[in-house]
Amino acid sequence: MFSIERWQEIFEGLYKNKLRTALTGVSVASGIFILVILLGAGNGIQNGIQKQFEQDAVNRVSVWPGVTQKEYNGLGVGRSVQLHNADYDLATTLLKDYIEYKSAIFSVWSGNIVYKKETGTYRVEGVHPDYQFIENASIVKGRFVNQSDNANYEKNVIIGQKVANDLFKNGEDPLGEQLNVSGMIYKVVGVYSDPGGEREESRVFIPIATAQKAYSAGDSIRSMAFTLKKSDQFDNAVAESHEFTQKLETFLKARHTIAPDDQGALYINNSLEQAKNIYIITGGVQAFFWFVGICTIIAGVVGVGNIMLIIVKERTKEIGIRKALGASPISIITMILQEAVFITVIAGFSGLIFGLIVWEIVGPYVEADFFTRPEVDFNVAVTTLVILIVAGAFAGFVPAYRAAKIRPIVALRGE
Amino acid sequence: MIEIKDLHKSYQMGKNSLHVLKGINFDVKEGEFVSIMGSSGSGKSTLLNIIGILDEADEGSYTLDNVPIKNLNETIASQYRNKFLGFVFQSFNLINYKTALDNVALPLYYQGMARKERMERSMHYLEKVGLANWAKHLPNEMSGGQKQRVAIARALASDPKVLLADEPTGALDTKTSYEVMDLIQQINDEGKTVLVVTHEPDIAEMTKRIVFLKDGQIEEDKLVNQIRASQYV
Repeated sequence: MFSIERWQEIFEGLYKNKLRTALTGVSVASGIFILVILLGAGNGIQNGIQKQFEQDAVNRVSVWPGVTQKEYNGLGVGRSVQLHNADYDLATTLLKDYIEYKSAIFSVWSGNIVYKKETGTYRVEGVHPDYQFIENASIVKGRFVNQSDNANYEKNVIIGQKVANDLFKNGEDPLGEQLNVSGMIYKVVGVYSDPGGEREESRVFIPIATAQKAYSAGDSIRSMAFTLKKSDQFDNAVAESHEFTQKLETFLKARHTIAPDDQGALYINNSLEQAKNIYIITGGVQAFFWFVGICTIIAGVVGVGNIMLIIVKERTKEIGIRKALGASPISIITMILQEAVFITVIAGFSGLIFGLIVWEIVGPYVEADFFTRPEVDFNVAVTTLVILIVAGAFAGFVPAYRAAKIRPIVALRGE
Repeated sequence: MIEIKDLHKSYQMGKNSLHVLKGINFDVKEGEFVSIMGSSGSGKSTLLNIIGILDEADEGSYTLDNVPIKNLNETIASQYRNKFLGFVFQSFNLINYKTALDNVALPLYYQGMARKERMERSMHYLEKVGLANWAKHLPNEMSGGQKQRVAIARALASDPKVLLADEPTGALDTKTSYEVMDLIQQINDEGKTVLVVTHEPDIAEMTKRIVFLKDGQIEEDKLVNQIRASQYV
């Protein structure tokens, strides 16, 4: 295997038969190249889908009140339910074992915001500090709402990237600037960005205590949001989140005298149930690309085997001559296999590198709603390359073995 | 050198069995120059293939240089071919992507000889057949006579006991044929045992002994006065 003489013999054969070598190489290289492109595209779609659902924390539970639809304990239909700070405080104490982040929200759908001569209408939300994590928001500049903001009714505001772009047109630093929000002056203390994009970034956050005061809401809140502690198993996470939702619903309905089977009085949205669908979709996409990838590998292996078969056929006479001159069957087999493996390794690796380079160059420019960060795990690519080489050698073995069985007399007669 | 006793060989042709060799008894001593003649279908090529260990007999015994040739596996057979025999074919059978020198060196490669020694020795044999200047040429750049001389150099390179030539002049014109026969005669003069299969009487006359084969049996086996090819060249 490592004899220089034998490699010289093989290189001579490969070099003198350039066309054959090139064709074999190109077919192997293109197989691997296509595989890399497919895997990259698969990952791109998967990342794209994940990003679409990434805008909020995956294990988020939101609660907001509605209007009763059933009579219960002497109370009539059509009664609006109103949540208060006490509901939030009691619920979070009762269910603290489940909760990771928590926030009550007092929101105003359209707040008129003015900075110097620029004006815009944005959603204003009074929140607790944890809300940053529930929203999956990340801070670009400054900070988010903190405890002391709420304790001291600070008139601080954290604005979305979109809001900052709209109002601070000349590129001023928003931090420390004064904004007029619905007639009151707030100081900008932070800018955030949100994976949900512009829609999620056209909001401003203020401390909930400040908001309740500013909009004369007393201790009313509009909704509550939680994220739950993570479980290692997705199924456990779903079960726990379901349990949490049940307990929360039972608690709030009892407190507000709502019929247990009233569908309209209290809405609880559990994003984990949706997440389950995402997992199924991305799982499906992944499975599809694996299927295509495996088919590509099989096609590649069959291709290599086919080429080896043709090569052996073409070289029947040469093999016969070699055998007449004293070549043993094993030397014929190793010669053909070594050639096959050598070509597969070189060509396969070129295809792999070329595919990776293409994604490296093209990848950043391909950005669509459901397609982001197309990339190939190098280990996966190398593994498939190894599989292809082993399979190629295996596919080459059959024709090589057959070649070794050729009777020299038959080979030499075939003119 | 070659001892053959009661050799039988048949080929299976569909349902029919074709009995090609029907009890051949045949000895060749060292240094002999024998031609095997016969019409097509007489079994002369089959006999040569069996002698060349390219084919195996069904019955009978074959001894080559006191080594019984029987039930050899492919690996041993290829070693024996390399060590004992040099082949010259009608269609030359050179490897067309290798230069003349590399073609001659191929049997030595399979002997495991180092590259430098291999090349020196091959060059020596190419000189011997008068083609030293053609060492770097590919077979398709050469004439038929030249190709056959490369093939002879290749057959001699491993210094075999016996040179086997199957219709060596079959693809050549008369003049070139005589040149090739002249070369083979010189090789025999140096003491090498040579076996030639031919159907051309004038070629057979240039050997020292003619064996006539008919329907798988030896019809006649006679010593002849060798006609030197050099007088025609």
